[in-house]
Amino acid sequence: MVSKMSSKMVGSNNLAHAKRMVQQLRVEASIERIKVSKASADLMRYCGENAKYDPLLMGIPASENPFKDKKPCTIL
Amino acid sequence: MCDQTFLAITFGPCDNCSQNKPLMNIYLKNEPINYCSLCVELMACQGLAKGETTNTLKAESESLKAKLEEERAKLHDVELHQVAEKIDALGQFVMKTRRTLKGHGNKVLCMDWCRDKRRIVSSSQDGKVIVWDAYTTNKEHAVTMPCTWVMACAYAPSGCAVACGGLDNKCSVYPLSLDKNENLAAKKKSVAMHTNYLSSCSFTNSDMQILTSSGDGTCALWDVESGQLLQSFHGHSADVLSLDLAPSETGNTFVSGGCDKKANVWDMRSGQNVQSFETHESDINNVKYYPSGDAFATGSDDATCRLYDLRADREVAIYSKDSIIFGASSVDFSLSGRLLFAGYNDYTINVWDVLKGTRVAILFGHENRVSTVRVSPDGTAFCSGSWDNTLRIWA
Repeated sequence: MVSKMSSKMVGSNNLAHAKRMVQQLRVEASIERIKVSKASADLMRYCGENAKYDPLLMGIPASENPFKDKKPCTIL
Repeated sequence: MCDQTFLAITFGPCDNCSQNKPLMNIYLKNEPINYCSLCVELMACQGLAKGETTNTLKAESESLKAKLEEERAKLHDVELHQVAEKIDALGQFVMKTRRTLKGHGNKVLCMDWCRDKRRIVSSSQDGKVIVWDAYTTNKEHAVTMPCTWVMACAYAPSGCAVACGGLDNKCSVYPLSLDKNENLAAKKKSVAMHTNYLSSCSFTNSDMQILTSSGDGTCALWDVESGQLLQSFHGHSADVLSLDLAPSETGNTFVSGGCDKKANVWDMRSGQNVQSFETHESDINNVKYYPSGDAFATGSDDATCRLYDLRADREVAIYSKDSIIFGASSVDFSLSGRLLFAGYNDYTINVWDVLKGTRVAILFGHENRVSTVRVSPDGTAFCSGSWDNTLRIWA
């Protein structure tokens, strides 16, 4: 596939660029889409199912979190 | 916007017609070739069907774009936050800095967690790449890169190597040795070669392949052992600033975001750009997949973060506030995808409720821009890196 990155080239580049744009848009237009209501419901369901495994969301006791201090540190 | 330095006009014999003319350096099937402008034109014409001209192609392109918008609008029956009204709001969040990792002499630009959930690799402007033990804050390894602005670093899935790169336009892999005295730089392997700075890199599911994105506007997939280019991804019209691989269950795709305000989703095997989203008003600094792989979030210089759903093929949420006017440099999801952590250039980290679209917490602590935010692999904490030379672990 011909690739051109500079937008400063005119003339001979336009044809190749336009052809590529059309091909890309055809690919994008042909994909199957679902409704936002269904997509949202699925996102919500995923959050709901996994919420209990999410330590930052639920908060876990200090004893189980290696980053939370269990007791004050003393400097030796 | 950076210079597009990958186009160089030279003069010499054309690879096709052999005449001495000004040449264009272009890529055909990932091979660089030099054609004169006439041959480029002829090659483009060969692909044309009867009657196609630039004008008919332009007209078709406009009508396809309009059709895309129409199709997307038809399915826009409700907003995500409206559907989310029926779930409970989140309570108060108390997140504090639990560890501060000090040791970089300059701005921290990037970091990554190891899969063992305790090691971290970070890179900075002064060329240093440091591997830390986040539990103890000890530095385990340090490498000095031959360049400054190491904008990308990544931990290998095995935990045995790190990859990094930046202004050297390369991505190099350093195997980590158990021997602290060993000079890591000696075993360095140069894997990727771009024609502009390396902005982001990530190992795929194994230590054997690396995906990179660059200021030259391309992304590329490389074989680590041989350094060979396996696939390249062309489609962005400006620097690509970030990429993220889809969670492994959902297949071989990745998303990239760049200075052209677009977020593109790519098929890794074919190199094809399968979906493209352009609703941001400025550079997209960071992209991150939602844990299920059905959506991704972006952080941008337009001070908003947005959520795009891949199956609905549109933006479904914007995370913004009038009081937030600085760009978001980095985003990451919590394990369940309910929380979005975003680091901003105003030194704060905002925590957003992904479904309701509201902000649930602001975290202060850094004394300069937050450049990178990553949640740990088991979700117990997240780490932020900043231009104040430190990294902070929050939980």
